[in-house]
Amino acid sequence: MQFMLLFSRQGKLRLQKWYVPLSDKEKKKITRELVQTVLARKPKMCSFLEWRDLKVVYKRYASLYFCCAIEDQDNELITLEIIHRYVELLDKYFGSVCELDIIFNFEKAYFILDEFLLGGEAQETSKKNVLKAIEQADLLQETKEQKVKLSILH
Amino acid sequence: MALKIVKGSIDRMFDKNLQDLVRGIRNHKEDEAKYISTCIDEIKQELKQDNIAVKANAVCKLTYLQMLGYDVSWAAFNIVEVMSSSKFTYKRIGYLAASQCFHESTDVIMLTTNQIRKDLSSPNQYDTGVALTGLSCFVTPDLARDLANDIMTLMSHTKPYIRKKAVLIMYKVFLKYPESLRPAFPRLKEKLEDPDPGVQSAAVNVICELARRNPKNYLSLAPLFFKLMTSSTNNWVLIKIIKLFGALTPLEPRLGKKLIEPLTNLIHRIMSADRSVYIPFLVARVRTKGESMSVLKYVKAMFVFVVKYLGLLAMSKILKTHPKSVQSHKDLILQCLDDKDESIRLRALDLLYGMVSKKNLMEIVKKLMLHVDKAEGTTYRDELLTKIIDICSQSNYQYITNFEWYISILVELTRLEGTRHGHLIASQMLDVAIRVKAIRVFAVAQMATLLDNAHLLTGNVQRKGICEVLYAAAWICGEFSEHLDNPTQTLEAMLRPKVATLPGHIQAVYVQNAAKLFATVLKSQEGNTDSTAAQETSQLMIDRLPLFVQSANLEVQERASCILQLVKYIQKLQQKDVEIAEEVIALFAGELNPVAPKAQKKVPVPEGLDLDAWINEPPSESESEDEQPRAIFAKEEPKHSRPRHTEVDEKELAKRREARKQEQANNPFYIKSSPSSQKVYQEAPGVEHIPVVQIDLSVPLKVPGLPMSDQYVKLEEERRQKDRADKKKKEKKKRKEKRSGRGKRHDSGPESEEDITPAHMVDIVTEEMPEVPSRISNTISPSTLWVFDDKKSSKHKKKKQKKEKEEKEKKKKKKHHHHHHHSDGGGEESVQNGTVEEEEPLPVSRDGPDQVNDIQGNLQDGSQVVVSVIFENKCDSFLKSMEFNVLDSLNSKLQRPEGSGPHDGLTVPFQLPPGQSNVCLFVIHYLLFVVVFPQNEDSSTHEKLDFKLHFTCTSYLISTPCYSDAFAKLLESGDLKCSSVKLEGVVMPFHHLLARICFRHHFSVVERIDSCASMYSRSIQDHHVCLLVKTSGQTVSIDAKCDEPTLLGNVLDEIKQTFSQC
Repeated sequence: MQFMLLFSRQGKLRLQKWYVPLSDKEKKKITRELVQTVLARKPKMCSFLEWRDLKVVYKRYASLYFCCAIEDQDNELITLEIIHRYVELLDKYFGSVCELDIIFNFEKAYFILDEFLLGGEAQETSKKNVLKAIEQADLLQETKEQKVKLSILH
Repeated sequence: MALKIVKGSIDRMFDKNLQDLVRGIRNHKEDEAKYISTCIDEIKQELKQDNIAVKANAVCKLTYLQMLGYDVSWAAFNIVEVMSSSKFTYKRIGYLAASQCFHESTDVIMLTTNQIRKDLSSPNQYDTGVALTGLSCFVTPDLARDLANDIMTLMSHTKPYIRKKAVLIMYKVFLKYPESLRPAFPRLKEKLEDPDPGVQSAAVNVICELARRNPKNYLSLAPLFFKLMTSSTNNWVLIKIIKLFGALTPLEPRLGKKLIEPLTNLIHRIMSADRSVYIPFLVARVRTKGESMSVLKYVKAMFVFVVKYLGLLAMSKILKTHPKSVQSHKDLILQCLDDKDESIRLRALDLLYGMVSKKNLMEIVKKLMLHVDKAEGTTYRDELLTKIIDICSQSNYQYITNFEWYISILVELTRLEGTRHGHLIASQMLDVAIRVKAIRVFAVAQMATLLDNAHLLTGNVQRKGICEVLYAAAWICGEFSEHLDNPTQTLEAMLRPKVATLPGHIQAVYVQNAAKLFATVLKSQEGNTDSTAAQETSQLMIDRLPLFVQSANLEVQERASCILQLVKYIQKLQQKDVEIAEEVIALFAGELNPVAPKAQKKVPVPEGLDLDAWINEPPSESESEDEQPRAIFAKEEPKHSRPRHTEVDEKELAKRREARKQEQANNPFYIKSSPSSQKVYQEAPGVEHIPVVQIDLSVPLKVPGLPMSDQYVKLEEERRQKDRADKKKKEKKKRKEKRSGRGKRHDSGPESEEDITPAHMVDIVTEEMPEVPSRISNTISPSTLWVFDDKKSSKHKKKKQKKEKEEKEKKKKKKHHHHHHHSDGGGEESVQNGTVEEEEPLPVSRDGPDQVNDIQGNLQDGSQVVVSVIFENKCDSFLKSMEFNVLDSLNSKLQRPEGSGPHDGLTVPFQLPPGQSNVCLFVIHYLLFVVVFPQNEDSSTHEKLDFKLHFTCTSYLISTPCYSDAFAKLLESGDLKCSSVKLEGVVMPFHHLLARICFRHHFSVVERIDSCASMYSRSIQDHHVCLLVKTSGQTVSIDAKCDEPTLLGNVLDEIKQTFSQC
């Protein structure tokens, strides 16, 4: 996978993850172009489209578009599955995820994505394991913050 | 301590956190940019504080702003600071920011190496994990190199969480730092059998991606993957493994057979259990906030489309192997053309291309034409148009049974709004009209209609594409004008003033074809008794053409003015009641025949010529330069023979020559400044290496041997005849090139000049100098040449004695002696001919004209020499006409004007009063015999004056300037033979001596230092001759180097002779 973008129906970018090194300018250009292309498509159209020399796999969940760019030889269906798995993870983590969850906890969304994908490849296919890793890392964070709070009290 | 922390916490309470920022942005929809700029200012303040928590918060906000498209590269260093925090909370944010904001050109990445290394070896697995995740996004080649070892160690970490991350990131490391692959690979392979499924799947992922880039190296892993495929239940892994096998099977066909069974099992399992229900099932579970029903509906619909697209994709793959099975789904695919989704329509179009047959072509195209009319969006319509043409024209119109139908399709396509493919349609029209003779009547009629309605096509200037069609229409109407029903009307249409708005190249075609039409019209009208009609037509041309003469386009101007004059002339003749039509028609008579682009391949390679074989041995790299070039001239012994050099066989020589040529050819700066000689002797820089380049270029042209040339022509003839016969039956050839140079067309019957393929060029070259076997052909077929040489030399030998006798009685006025050197580079030949005097010395009448001749190689053409003959009339009578003739021999012939026979003489272009002299230049191909017949008409006596010309070696030398450094390079090149001579008792000053060599033997001085000079010349066959002349007292020693030993010997002999006379 080359990159993953999350954007709203209004074209606002909600999350971006690049697995290929590109300059900010290029990133911006690609994002703008792709958001336009995908938003212009009608609901009954196919989830895959050929774009430049890449294939774009996108899927709309409520008001959010999840959009991945893969190389020519990559499997579109598995990419669709990855998107779906990510949505499930978000759903589980936030408990009924909505767009606002991702907006306000965007770093968490990134952490989940990072546990799930690494360098553009699926890293952990087990939902349970991903969530366990996130929870434990959060716990680590919580305990530290707890300590700070404790030190305030003392 | 506590106070400080409290203070920090209180500070934090007043800072905005990420949530505040997001909320703020949402509340400032109108002045978002302004709000964000104040936020960025705040963040800058926060970053200046010592408190890491404040900094981390700022960095977190920055990451969000970065996503919104704001530049945050200025904070790169702060991000590194947060990354290096010891607290996981901040470290995590730091790494996240880094992975979002850093890219390869971010310079602070260099600073992170040690921090990352520290984190990688952290006892906390989440520290390590977060570092690995971050690294995967911004790894640079430097980082990859420095950290490869650390990551490799992590691959055997006790925690699977770390192992799998380490394995995955190795792929990124391999991409950035390929050297790490070799040491890491064994460990990676181990991970395929890791007990943890996550690690295993990561390893499969990495190897699969690697194998895609270079499948060959991973063939050995096939059994392992095979085992994994049959045992694994993880679909993610299975999909990857199947993908990997997809890359491997082309390399190992046996693998394919083996895979069939497990793959079928897999598909059955997935079909029954998972795939068909899997996606919709899971999708349905997504919580959709109240609109679940509608979402579910469209997701379902989407699923159907997903399958449709994939189905089409799969079909196009199957089509390649089993076209029949796909053809039965034609209706389904045609339905897909109605689909709303462009990806699906385009896929379906691709499929159609492969599906057409003779039977269904018309139906499919009809359907496509309907779509063209309906299609919205020019890109898709253009795509349709090209596809229609592609489909029809594929494999040389294999599927078209009715070309009238195709022409009408093309004409219909011209009515498309705003297409950019006018050129494509035009070329199709031309192609069909030219190649399908039977269709011409129909095509011409259609094109005439097009021309008549040209305003429809040109109405909109924006549609620049489609007016290209008029180019084809005009050309077809002009070229096949005999088929026109009403040529006068078409002519009128072509000369409308509106035409002037068309692009220049189309106007040019209009003008030219108007002339053709005019010729046809004239022809038809001249038959009538009433001549006014014909004159009216001429008047029409004369009236309308000036419009084109004023055109801004040069081509149009040129053609128009030319044709205008022609018409004016015709009108003049018409007024005199001269029948002119036939002659005008003759201007454009003859058939234009297309030549297949691959026609050259049909010309058989002459026997004994292997185009793939090396002409000379390929140069070996290990060739050692064992020769000290300067040392040659340093030796003083006059009679010194150099066995080492003479022993070098021809093969070796050729090898070295080739090596040198290659080197020179590859090196545009062949002349390299050597430290020893910085003096620039020559004024015209670079002149001398032009011939070097020319050698290489001219050589291949001469490759086919002489006896083949006629055969070539015959074969070409046969081929063309065959082609024509073929064409009558069925169109087979694909013609791509449009003919050019119509002007050249003569009345040459069915065989027009246009037919001549570049192959003829080669023939012409060989015909022009048939006597001269090229250097190359010498090496290809030495045996034949040997025979050739032997015959000649024996003949020469016989003559020699006779000649020498005659020479004594002969009165010679020549200033210098020439020895013939047949310097075509064939060493053997020169051995025989080199010193032979070939000329017929015949008595010269005492009062007759006298000739002094100078022979020089022709600089432009290596196969010619120019002889300047001075005619001096020594008798009292006036010489009115003279003729100069040469008895052509095997080796030489006089260059005569075209059309004269081989024995005709050349008339000397001047008359010679008594006592006068004049110079005349003759060009002679390797001339040996020269005889002059001056005719003294005054006394009405025809006198024949025979004389002889000596052709010496040095007369074939061309005085060529040479740079001293190039000269040094030449000497160093090591493929020159050397020889030397010592002259005693030379009393002339050194510069006189040099001047004499220069003048007599066409040398040029490269460099002169005191009593020592180096000189250079080359023969017309590009043999280099180098001399080093030294004088001490009355002794002159000349060392010479040349790549042709015989030439060398003869040159030295001549020089010796020159000086022995004084």
